[in-house]
Amino acid sequence: MSIVFERTRGMVDMPLHYCPGCTHGIIHRLVAESLVELGLMDDAVCVSSVGCSVFTYNYFDCDAYQASHGRAAAVATGSKRVLKDRTVFTYQGDGDLAAIGTAETVHAAARGENVTIIYVNNAIYGMTGGQMAPTTLVGQKATTSPNGRSAELQGYPIRVCEMLSTLDGTAFAERVSVHNPANVRKAKKAIKKAFEVQTAKQGFSIVEILSTCSTNWGLNPTDSLKWLEDNMIPYYPLGNFKTPEEN
Amino acid sequence: MAFTEEVIFAGFGGQGVLSMGRMVAYAGMLKGMNVSWLPSYGPEMRGGTANCNVIVSDGLIGSPVVADADTLIVMNRPSLDKFESWVRPGGKILVNSSLIDIKVTRDDVEAFYYPVNEVAAECGNLKAANMVMLGAYIKHRSFLEENDLLGAFLKVFGEAKKNLLPLNEKAVAAGATLV
Amino acid sequence: MEKMLMKGNEAVGAAAIKAGCKYFFGYPITPQNELPEYMSRELPKNGGTYLQAESEIGAINMVFGAAGAGARVMTSSSSPGIALKQEGISYLCGAELPCVIVNMSRSGPGLGGIQPAQGDYFQATRGGGNGDYYTPVYAPASIQETVDLVQEAFDVADTYRTPVIILGDGMIGQMMESVEFKDIQKRRLPQKDWALKEHVEKGSKKLINSLYIKPEEMEPHLQKIFGKYDVIKKEEVRYEKFNCEGADVVAVAYGTVSRIVRNAIKKLEEDGIKLGLIRPITLWPFPFEAFDEISPETKAFLSVEMSMGQMIDDVKIANAGRLPVEFYGRPGGIVPKPIEVVDKVKEILGGAK
Repeated sequence: MSIVFERTRGMVDMPLHYCPGCTHGIIHRLVAESLVELGLMDDAVCVSSVGCSVFTYNYFDCDAYQASHGRAAAVATGSKRVLKDRTVFTYQGDGDLAAIGTAETVHAAARGENVTIIYVNNAIYGMTGGQMAPTTLVGQKATTSPNGRSAELQGYPIRVCEMLSTLDGTAFAERVSVHNPANVRKAKKAIKKAFEVQTAKQGFSIVEILSTCSTNWGLNPTDSLKWLEDNMIPYYPLGNFKTPEEN
Repeated sequence: MAFTEEVIFAGFGGQGVLSMGRMVAYAGMLKGMNVSWLPSYGPEMRGGTANCNVIVSDGLIGSPVVADADTLIVMNRPSLDKFESWVRPGGKILVNSSLIDIKVTRDDVEAFYYPVNEVAAECGNLKAANMVMLGAYIKHRSFLEENDLLGAFLKVFGEAKKNLLPLNEKAVAAGATLV
Repeated sequence: MEKMLMKGNEAVGAAAIKAGCKYFFGYPITPQNELPEYMSRELPKNGGTYLQAESEIGAINMVFGAAGAGARVMTSSSSPGIALKQEGISYLCGAELPCVIVNMSRSGPGLGGIQPAQGDYFQATRGGGNGDYYTPVYAPASIQETVDLVQEAFDVADTYRTPVIILGDGMIGQMMESVEFKDIQKRRLPQKDWALKEHVEKGSKKLINSLYIKPEEMEPHLQKIFGKYDVIKKEEVRYEKFNCEGADVVAVAYGTVSRIVRNAIKKLEEDGIKLGLIRPITLWPFPFEAFDEISPETKAFLSVEMSMGQMIDDVKIANAGRLPVEFYGRPGGIVPKPIEVVDKVKEILGGAK
């Protein structure tokens, strides 16, 4: 009998801690598959962040750091400057990257650090229980915006890829989603491309992946996918914002 | 008795006050003595006041802060106002009379007045006024000779400034004749 | 090697390069700027990398990344910037990463001033960030000692897998003295088999981590780290004791202030008063053993600091209630004059009579 589907060798054989219906699992698998297919898995260095993705160092079958909240891009910088030929990537959520870690992220991009950022945007703080994130949509309810995010009181959500693509050091920036199979395939393509940009030493690469949080959105998994499509994509348009020119 | 010389150099930024101190410290070190050089540092980067404390000793140097100077060298008037009281009784004050038109008020110290700007101009460059003053200084405090200063010159300013050595040699010698 | 006249900040850089430091992550702040400037100029010539970070927080986390990759790495700042680094120092301690952190301290709290001060004693010797940890702290009193201790600090960091702090002050950073780069006694250092490598060894996944989510794993992790601290306390304490035999009063002072006390000792000699000096070179571990023997003539300890009084707490612990512990301090960037210390000693003795 031929094998049609199997566990990726890029992930350790252990249960993930994510909530049922969460799309983190899909994203993990895409990252691991991409690294394996590119022959980079053994050389990869994962920098875990703080938030739901805090335990990613357990899941990816490669060397790893656990960074303090928001500082993954700085830790990746220090690591990559020493380990110049290894594939260094961070795996961060929207609170970690776009709130507390904004400075580290923007400056790693501005310096053109040759690292890859896997940025999971689910518009909410998951691990701590559904508080408002820098990417929470206007009107979206969170435990610290109980009546929905008010632009007047709390300002506007941040579009990270658009912002970073204005920087000369950013070589690759693309926003993808994992709410249906066609987009999952596109997401994998973008993740692979980002790692290829790093291998070619072309500079900073980021893939922003729109993701769901059934638990804190208060929706079932299928309704969550629909909510993402209907609400997040209009504000966070999918697509490539920057890619290196082909020689 | 162990030899120790504690000096305060003071002036405005651009007069080469910190360099004077470094020259004396370096020359002292090259003669095998212990030395310390402590600059004032502040928020102003240019044109502000500048001063440094230098200690040269054949023993261990304690505090690098000069509180009772053996010698005070002042290159502009605010420096005299500020540091006149920092000299020990019996100490010396060397005054740049080109820019300072008042006299030292204390009578328990020795004061000397040298028009070092004019002398430097006669040597060919007004900027060498600090070297003229150093030439006078080493006549007062005989632990250094002209050659020691010139030996320190290249250490402080680097080989790139070697072309300025003849000018500075002339300025130091001219300063020495003032005493 | 010939003697050179060097500024403290630059001497730190030269000593670090001599010790094999290859990475430096900096951020400007007065009065330590000559150090990152020196490193940006000299490290590339020596096969290393200097990088200016976006903040002190960024810099210390770059140190985390480079130290985890096994590199000899340094960062520096001054008081408010060191405060910003505390999160990273706590993580470095939790993950047991070796590095050297230089604090050319100034006055505080807040933005304070830029003149020399010793108000960071608590911050340096009590951990400074969150959680149970200490860092070895060296307090040099001259540029030569700074150079020697910086080289030693890298070896101590590697031996015990810990960040090490060099606590200078604006005066140590800014002053020039003659230095000689002597070959210091090399230690036998353990292999960094825990670090990430340029070339991956199959089947040995490396993890740089301070997260132990299960209490039953966190407790033994801390016990292991504190086991190292016990060894450090036994092996690495350094201090200098001067003029203490038969002293009327024994001053306790570190760094810059210890030199002012030396002047006071000379001045007091002229009046027939003997002032001793205990100079801690390691602030943590504090040299408690230096206080074991007290001459019967000694009437008091005097902690002299450029602060409102911080080290005095350790002096009181060391004194263990035997003698009065007096204090003389000038905070805020004022450097005390020797005569002030002289007057304080006379006041203490006058009061005792």
